[in-house]
Amino acid sequence: MEISVTVNGSVHAGDVEPRRLLVHHLRDDIGLTGTNIGCDTSSCGACTVLVDGESVKSCTMLAVQADGRAITTIEGLADGTTMHPVQEAFRQHHGLQCGYCTPGMVMAAVSLLAEQPDPSEADVREGLEGNLCRCTGYHNIVKAVLAAASGGGAS
Amino acid sequence: MIPSAFDYVRADSADAAIAALTEHGDDAKLLAGGHSLLPLMKLRLAAPAVLIDIGRLTDLSYVRDAGDHIAIGALTRHRALETDDLLAAEAPILRHAASQVGDPQVRHRGTIGGSIAHGDGASDLPAVLLALRATLVARGPSGERTIPVDDFFTGFLETTLEPTELLTEIRVPKVAGAGWSFQKFNRRAQDWAIVGVALVRNGSTGIGLVNMGSRPLRADAAEAALAAGASNADAAAVADEGTEPSADLNASVDYRRHLARVLVGRALDEAS
Repeated sequence: MEISVTVNGSVHAGDVEPRRLLVHHLRDDIGLTGTNIGCDTSSCGACTVLVDGESVKSCTMLAVQADGRAITTIEGLADGTTMHPVQEAFRQHHGLQCGYCTPGMVMAAVSLLAEQPDPSEADVREGLEGNLCRCTGYHNIVKAVLAAASGGGAS
Repeated sequence: MIPSAFDYVRADSADAAIAALTEHGDDAKLLAGGHSLLPLMKLRLAAPAVLIDIGRLTDLSYVRDAGDHIAIGALTRHRALETDDLLAAEAPILRHAASQVGDPQVRHRGTIGGSIAHGDGASDLPAVLLALRATLVARGPSGERTIPVDDFFTGFLETTLEPTELLTEIRVPKVAGAGWSFQKFNRRAQDWAIVGVALVRNGSTGIGLVNMGSRPLRADAAEAALAAGASNADAAAVADEGTEPSADLNASVDYRRHLARVLVGRALDEAS
């Protein structure tokens, strides 16, 4: 089926099988491999991207469902060499170790801050409940998101 | 994990979806948010030959004041429910329970109609609709019918919906000021409830149970005890009567029965 998705501001038209998952479309058809596949069962959140600004697990969405939608992946956050405030906060606060969950964690945080620009610590912990990290114990991730919020929030 | 191949039909209206269901019959499944169906398809536990995508029927996404009840479009996403001011005033248990479904990503995609039509005894919202004594509206080739929620869930992932019917609306009574409680007991934040309890006290008491059987169940014995004047503790003590919980990694049958009694007790105390 012919679909057209706007990914990080660029239109990508192509023919996909209806069963093509959005995450495979992004990684294998469009070549944006920043979005990771973790559990593949909509639990871990590693594959989180924004669809029309809202966080979604791209392993649990068909590419055909994204037809005509605007997708933002981790590659679309930075402005040239200037990191997005959430990315910068993750760097400043050591919000990652191995980095595998990081793209999804950052996208979930961007979505959370768009909905709740001034979250409490509890809001952040609940808001990231769909993303698993096996390294950090979450502490520095939460610190980073709170810092990004008080630093002006997400764009 | 990749689903089996299927033909994809995108419906641009409810009538078009019903026409596609009529054409393809049992081979077809409706796709709303996809957060119950797609995981099953990826595990190859479901392999519909035709997927009819109703996810773009935005006219079925609404929460409206309909006089004596609140009308909710079947394609209303959990995220819309958890932020809805009308629900906050008139049926706060539903707004709260919607905020406890899955995680934010799931709530951005999943819909109330999809959750109800899936008919999973482990899902939160069916129990809430039982507690609220909701009414469901289904539309098929020969028109519309209303179904009391108590008649809707017929077995494991089975409902009274005909293969050619589309769930279009959920009607919940206004229960502003009623006592309510939603108890979701789980070990990890985003998990399904090991056992859950939805309870509304509005004159009589409605109690829905999560994960206490192969389908969403009402705590009949506890409701009857309360109607006969039993104390909260005495009613809670019979909360697992008539249920058929199964054992899994998280809980044995006995533990689930214990949880049902304890959680109904907590819910009664919170709602009283």
